[in-house]
Amino acid sequence: MPTSSTDRILVLGIGNILWADDGFGVRAVEEFHRRYVVSDNVTILDGGTQGLYLVSYLEEADRLIVFDAIDYGLEPGELKLVRDEEVPRFTGAKKMSLHQTGFQEVISAADLLGRCPKHLALIGCQPRDLDDWGGPLTKPVSDQIGPAIELVCAILAEWGATASPRSKPLLESERLLTNDIDHQHYEMRMRPV
Amino acid sequence: MGIQTPNGFKLHNSGKRIVIDPVTRIEGRMRVEVNLDANNVIRNAVSTGTMWRGIEVILKDRDPRDAWAFTERICGVCTGTHALTSVRAVENALGITIPENANSIRNLMQLALQVHDHVVHFYHLHALDWVDVVSALSADPRATSTLAQSISNWPLSSPGYFKDLQTRLKKFVESGQLGPFKNGYWGSKAYKLPPEANLMAVAHYLEALDFQKEIVKIHTIFGGKNPHPNWLVGGVPCPINVDGTGAVGAINMERLNLISSIIDHLTEFNEQVYLPDVAAIGSFYKDWLYGGGLSGKSVLAYGDVPEHANDYSSRNLKLPRGSIINGNLSEVFPVDHANPDEIQEFVVHSWYKYPDETKGLHPWDGVTEPNYVLGPKAKGTKTAIEQLDESGKYSWIKAPRWRGHAMEVGPLARWVVGYAQNKAEFKDPVDKFLKDLDLPLSALFSTLGRTAARALESVWAGRQMRYFQDKLVANIKAGDSSTANVDKWKPESWPKEAKGFGFTEAPRGALAHWIKIKQTKIDNYQCVVPTTWNGSPRDPKGNIGAFEASLMDTPMVNPEQPLEILRTIHSFDPCLACATHVMSPDGQELATVKVR
Repeated sequence: MPTSSTDRILVLGIGNILWADDGFGVRAVEEFHRRYVVSDNVTILDGGTQGLYLVSYLEEADRLIVFDAIDYGLEPGELKLVRDEEVPRFTGAKKMSLHQTGFQEVISAADLLGRCPKHLALIGCQPRDLDDWGGPLTKPVSDQIGPAIELVCAILAEWGATASPRSKPLLESERLLTNDIDHQHYEMRMRPV
Repeated sequence: MGIQTPNGFKLHNSGKRIVIDPVTRIEGRMRVEVNLDANNVIRNAVSTGTMWRGIEVILKDRDPRDAWAFTERICGVCTGTHALTSVRAVENALGITIPENANSIRNLMQLALQVHDHVVHFYHLHALDWVDVVSALSADPRATSTLAQSISNWPLSSPGYFKDLQTRLKKFVESGQLGPFKNGYWGSKAYKLPPEANLMAVAHYLEALDFQKEIVKIHTIFGGKNPHPNWLVGGVPCPINVDGTGAVGAINMERLNLISSIIDHLTEFNEQVYLPDVAAIGSFYKDWLYGGGLSGKSVLAYGDVPEHANDYSSRNLKLPRGSIINGNLSEVFPVDHANPDEIQEFVVHSWYKYPDETKGLHPWDGVTEPNYVLGPKAKGTKTAIEQLDESGKYSWIKAPRWRGHAMEVGPLARWVVGYAQNKAEFKDPVDKFLKDLDLPLSALFSTLGRTAARALESVWAGRQMRYFQDKLVANIKAGDSSTANVDKWKPESWPKEAKGFGFTEAPRGALAHWIKIKQTKIDNYQCVVPTTWNGSPRDPKGNIGAFEASLMDTPMVNPEQPLEILRTIHSFDPCLACATHVMSPDGQELATVKVR
């Protein structure tokens, strides 16, 4: 696959942190951002549940990596990587995103505008619990954050971009999520529902 | 056998029952069941929705100054509005005032969200209920150009432009991936636009998609980042440094100029594209004035957009505040969020438990204890409901009432209140819109009226943005660069116990948060959101909510293609928060329709 260091790459996490395992995508990018410094052509974004509102970020990217909780019908916590033309094909068979808008609509909207990223990679994790309002990520899912980050590093390397471990810890105020909704604080004070 | 509801509807639950689940192209998930008479006219409507189970579970014992960051996550589209409502609730509880600049900036952010949401809602979630995309393929580009130029000066209107667009659309449709256009009943007789109007609307669908991202730049500038901008109790988090150049986060002249140009652009789009489109589409649907529901009877608006900082009284709010009941537009009642007898939530038909369900609870005393039981006549099982029993509990949405009345909230409610208050900035545009279409005032109380009110409001909001932008710049030039008041930032300065409320007009209607603070931590936190008002189930007296009322007496062209139901429900811009917990893993793309 031809790579170019000037290609703009978007690393996007989607999902709702308030619905247990649905937060996987956001927590994965949050942790990736906490651990790694990326080259200038890479943007790391917490997309939340913004649906169509994310189109503009897709338009600005040549390559896209998405983290999301996806119901593949696999064992809880199983990671699956889907790429390029497989991404929409996959979504045709089964609703890809668990969110209302459906991330496939975001992709096809970008496509309709003629500015869809040329290369897509979807790192999905099979959720166990999406029903626990205010609950934490379940163990099989949170255990996959590390392996998911290894996957994104490998894809970035393949695409000619770099991700290097931070030489000093990221300040709390500079994290992707702040104000007590960062992963640690959100779950530290969590009570059983 | 008919049932007369106290709020004036006659329900007949005999006849064919149609189930639509899920209603697509909304934020969240909902289900609608209706009964049709022999002529396929809706004679009973039941709407049920999923909703979060009370944010208090998550917020209890947290720092009130962080509550906005949590509430921002409740919903994918109301992010900023929830955050604003939250900081207002905390400020109200603790008696914190904000500087004038912070008020102007918050108004700019809130108004930008209104415009953004209204544009995206109309073009991307609602237009396809009126516009047949597939019919656009057979339009004559030259005639489309003539049509477009007859309604507006918008420059993108040449025959070549529409021809190119049609080619692009054709390619897209032929590739088999209808994408965002998947959820449609293309070819249905319920669509009334000629192919040329359809093509013009599809062109604007794409332009809006392209243009909406400009608007949110305002949030990025003032909020520091998007899609989840920062907020601050006591003001706004962005410092102002007019002489600065590109300092991280600070507002300088360069950024203020950028905002100014975005406002010019969105005003042009509102006035030359959005409003003319709604009027043009409306002109083909003048004989389809269904869907009024409660809009001509009982409407509620909290008001928003304070002219001056820290005054939330009706006279200081630029968006109207007040309530109207029993269709009497000559009397607008004041609304008090702190009065325990005014806003109350009932759960007799909701999947929650109260000690005494004949009574409602004011949000300060709200409880959210799930109780998932189906009525005795429900069909199916708890995990696969075939048919709801509306005589029992049937929705995850509570039933908020204002002094016992079911109320409609949203753009139409706001504009009806403004109209009733005889405010020229609301009354005149409504009168003009109706006059241009040769329609009487009664036509306002309809699905089309709801859609028109949103377009009129988008135009209004754009002009208000210009006003507050100019005000902000003038104030800064006069030497005031204050954006935050940190006098009471430290919890040591707070009373041991405090309670407060914050309200806004979210794009889809009246939104309020109620907070109780104890020993500097959150003790109780309740949100009553617009879709709780509009999508509410019946109450103990049998009043039906706004969605249900709006579907009554609507004839359907083809019950297998419930376009009329989607059109009316979409006109409310429903937002049922993130309801992933019940989304079927195989989540159907197209609504499943079952006729029983």
